[in-house]
Amino acid sequence: MPEAGRPTIGREEVAHLARLSRLALDDSELDRLAGQLDVILGAVAQISEVSAADVPPTSHAVPLENVTRPDVVMPSLTPAQALSGAPSEEDGRFRVPRILDEE
Amino acid sequence: MSDLTRLTAAETASAIASREVSAVEVAQAHLDRIAKVDGQVHAFLHVDAEGALAQARRVDDGELSGPLAGVPLALKDVLCQQDIPTTVGSKILEGWRPPYDATVTARLKAAGVVILGKTNMDEFAMGSSTEHSAYGPTHNPWDLTRIPGGSGGGSSAALASYQAPLAIGTDTGGSIRQPASVTGTVGVKPTYGGVSRYGLVAFSSSLDQAGPCARTVLDAALLHEVIAGYDPRDSTSINQPVPPVVAAARSGEVKGLRIGVVKELTGDGYEEGVQQRFDEAVAILQSLGAIVTEVSCPHFSYALTAYYLIAPSEASSNLARFDAVRYGLRVGDDGERSLEEVTALTRGQGFGAEVKRRIILGTYALSSGYYDAYYGQAQKVRTLITRDFQKAWESVDVLVAPTCPTVAFPLGAKLEDPLAMYKQDICSIPSNLYGGPAASFPAGLSEGLPVGLQVMAPTLREDLLYQVGAALERALPAAVPPLAWEN
Amino acid sequence: MTAIPYAEALAEFEPVIGLETHVELGTASKMFCGCATEFGAEPNTQTCPVCLGLPGALPVVNETAIESTIRIGLALHCDIATWCRFARKNYFYPDMPKNFQTSQYDEPLCTDGYLDVQVKGETVRIPIERVHLEEDTGKSLHVGGATGRIHGASHSLVDYNRAGIPLVEIVTKPVTGTGAMPAEVAKAYVTELRDVLRGLGVSDVKMEQGSMRCDVNVSLNKPGQEWGTRSETKNVNSLRSVERAVRSEVERQAYVLREGGRIVQETRHFHEDTGMSTSGRSKEEATDYRNFPEPDLVPIAPDVAWVASLRAALPEAPSVRRRKLVEELGLSENDSEAMVNAGVLDVVLATVAAGASAAEARNWWLGHLAQSANAAGVDAPDLPITPAQVAEVAALVASGSLNAGLARQVVDGVLAGEGSPAEVVAARGLAIVKDEGALSAAVEAAIAADPGAAQKVRDGKVAAVGALVGSVMKATRGQADAGMARALLLEKLGVSE
Repeated sequence: MPEAGRPTIGREEVAHLARLSRLALDDSELDRLAGQLDVILGAVAQISEVSAADVPPTSHAVPLENVTRPDVVMPSLTPAQALSGAPSEEDGRFRVPRILDEE
Repeated sequence: MSDLTRLTAAETASAIASREVSAVEVAQAHLDRIAKVDGQVHAFLHVDAEGALAQARRVDDGELSGPLAGVPLALKDVLCQQDIPTTVGSKILEGWRPPYDATVTARLKAAGVVILGKTNMDEFAMGSSTEHSAYGPTHNPWDLTRIPGGSGGGSSAALASYQAPLAIGTDTGGSIRQPASVTGTVGVKPTYGGVSRYGLVAFSSSLDQAGPCARTVLDAALLHEVIAGYDPRDSTSINQPVPPVVAAARSGEVKGLRIGVVKELTGDGYEEGVQQRFDEAVAILQSLGAIVTEVSCPHFSYALTAYYLIAPSEASSNLARFDAVRYGLRVGDDGERSLEEVTALTRGQGFGAEVKRRIILGTYALSSGYYDAYYGQAQKVRTLITRDFQKAWESVDVLVAPTCPTVAFPLGAKLEDPLAMYKQDICSIPSNLYGGPAASFPAGLSEGLPVGLQVMAPTLREDLLYQVGAALERALPAAVPPLAWEN
Repeated sequence: MTAIPYAEALAEFEPVIGLETHVELGTASKMFCGCATEFGAEPNTQTCPVCLGLPGALPVVNETAIESTIRIGLALHCDIATWCRFARKNYFYPDMPKNFQTSQYDEPLCTDGYLDVQVKGETVRIPIERVHLEEDTGKSLHVGGATGRIHGASHSLVDYNRAGIPLVEIVTKPVTGTGAMPAEVAKAYVTELRDVLRGLGVSDVKMEQGSMRCDVNVSLNKPGQEWGTRSETKNVNSLRSVERAVRSEVERQAYVLREGGRIVQETRHFHEDTGMSTSGRSKEEATDYRNFPEPDLVPIAPDVAWVASLRAALPEAPSVRRRKLVEELGLSENDSEAMVNAGVLDVVLATVAAGASAAEARNWWLGHLAQSANAAGVDAPDLPITPAQVAEVAALVASGSLNAGLARQVVDGVLAGEGSPAEVVAARGLAIVKDEGALSAAVEAAIAADPGAAQKVRDGKVAAVGALVGSVMKATRGQADAGMARALLLEKLGVSE
């Protein structure tokens, strides 16, 4: 939880967030972003002023429920269409560089 | 006919229907206009002359008909059009040609609308000036040194420079309305769920909404009817009839309409000229028989803050799919680097500064430990803003405010100050959070630059917006850009 | 690998186990789009903008997937949510087209249930934490490394046919009190769960095709002490492996603990070939999944009356059918438990329904077919023979066309893909030889070859004819009708019974 008043965000935290969101940022970008985010977070911290303890959150603008589709097969793309945007492909599959982590 | 590009969409459709002019001639006139002026305006990222003429021929051959058959349109580059480059203003999607049509695109095609090309925008619709486009900014036809608004500045500039009589925009926090305001055009953000989002490249899923842009209120309504309505491919699409927007635009009756002026959307930061035009517009509506009162919406002051937590959070998740695997850019694949490195490099280089800023901000707001204080709290504030609207509807039919606190500012003026840029959307964001429809209508000029009046209505009451817009349009002289730069 | 034998480990430590089971639903189309779900289709032929995560595409929930999940929850005695939302679980992985998984985070469809299982004549109640719905990932082929593993591969090739297939995750609460048999309990639970799911008809539950997959959590503690740190073993993809995974993890952890070591909270990967697991990613650097409600999907609020109608229409639970086996078919409790453990309850019932006697069905599925399955490393019901074919073989035995040995040969032929039982009989010429003319030469030869035995029979020691029958059978490669051979022998030797 951010402390009362104004949260701060440093370069280390930005670097961590960049790793989480898989963005390669160079040092100058990290510095610049840390400064800007610090200012932005200072501004959005205003949100904590609102007393809303008993207020339910709104996740959807329009209150709809139970929107489903019947279990019916529809045509797929052709493999050529599916692969049309691929940066690299091999044997009808998307080719990617070696993967580090096993999920 | 004299200049086909100066006609309204309604006039154009009627001239084509009565065979006074062919759809191909109309399309060609606009393609010529684009060739002539877009070098200076830069409204388009891609012009599909061949496709436009082929569609026009289908209209001329009688294969396609309807109230807008043969009318040219500029499509914001955030909507997928099959086999046509769709970049969302980003390098990361450069060269991508979607294998499918967005529902909006498909409906336009089926209605015989002639899609001229794809318009410029802030990257992933994040911005209020079109300066965050990876392909260079668009220029405001009223003054080429100024911004055309954003993110849909390409669409608004195309309208204001007569490159197209119709355009499609999308509005997450004001990206239809603010560009309309600063270019003297009409822009409508429909009720969330009123127009399908299928094929709209997502920025913030719970806020994004596509809508019509035009130079006249009736044209916007005609386009609204073509694109709106239930779509089973979008789970958030509302399965109810489209409000009678065309009839409302033709009526323009405001007698007895209760109009609430939002008390919180004025004061510091609102330019004097903007405030003056706004006050005059409200006075005009009152003189036409509307009942004007002041209404307080206390939580609107927190709308901008809530928005800058919700939208980046959703964006950080929506934009994760750009990973150099299935489509789009891939950087640094030298056979040595791992996928993780290649993805990070691609995203680092493929996204612009504003997009990266918002991804990091959103990732932060959703992180464990911060979620409740930021994303969770913002969603509660969203509820409070909705309640403000609902309370207002007990006493008034529509709410009004300036669309934007300022007129078009000079290119570059706010580029280094994200917070100042974000404040452009201070008046437009509440409707996105609430989900109800809102529109910007021309309300005169301040120092030669357009000012917009924003009207906000209850969900699925778009007809009220068009009624007010039409009334104002009839009462005010048309705002015609001088286009002095044109040689 | 250093380990303490299972029984010894459990004499010293108390186990706590937990199981997370993923089941691919057998819907015709995917969870959020209309793509087909056929197993084994050509790569990327069952994909569309939605399941490829193309920009702009949006999900729409498959109503049958919701229904199936609720039915599973009901069969497991869960509470069904009256309102719940999908959430996005955010992390990067190339198999996952959107780089978030649409799942149910803190609002699962079904919660708080249980499943009773029989282990060594004891009923053990397994508490169920939750049953929730999510989407499966695509599949990667790792190229250039050893045995298709990810380590050492030069690159990978991704197929998204499986991406977006509805996946139900069934999570138990920590299971305590399994004493000396945590591995047996784990296996019995997964077996029973599989039978429940099969009975519901919601999934083909084929572990070898990955439509049912297990993650196994194990921890050990000294009696009276707090629970130990748990490990999570993934890729446990057969019933046998569920037992082996728990067993090997108990043995491994006991060794570490006895040596004064510390169990690391980690993900381990189970290897079917060795029956062992290896250490994977350490959970201590846990990913922050940044779950939040999926804005592209609206909440699900199952109608109470609808849920009640689903509950009323549930099929009999396997435990009920098992009781039926015992009561109506006269099988023993031991047999029925053995059938559950072997996962053959349904096929036994189907074999009986196809006309075989209960005893025959039992003998086949717990006997020769169980051995064949074991040898092939698959579960018996997944053998390439149908209950109807087993019943057909049983009928041939009953009618005297086949004897037991020939029947096994016929079944082996069916398993080898040689066709139906009738086709195998014809192709291999396996019918019993009842032709006296054909048999008499073998009978003469048997007498000539063993004059001693023949004399004993002539002398009145009729039991000695057994040896002669044996040589007739051998000479005819088992195809002689043994009764007829015996009668012929006695006749030739001038003896009557």
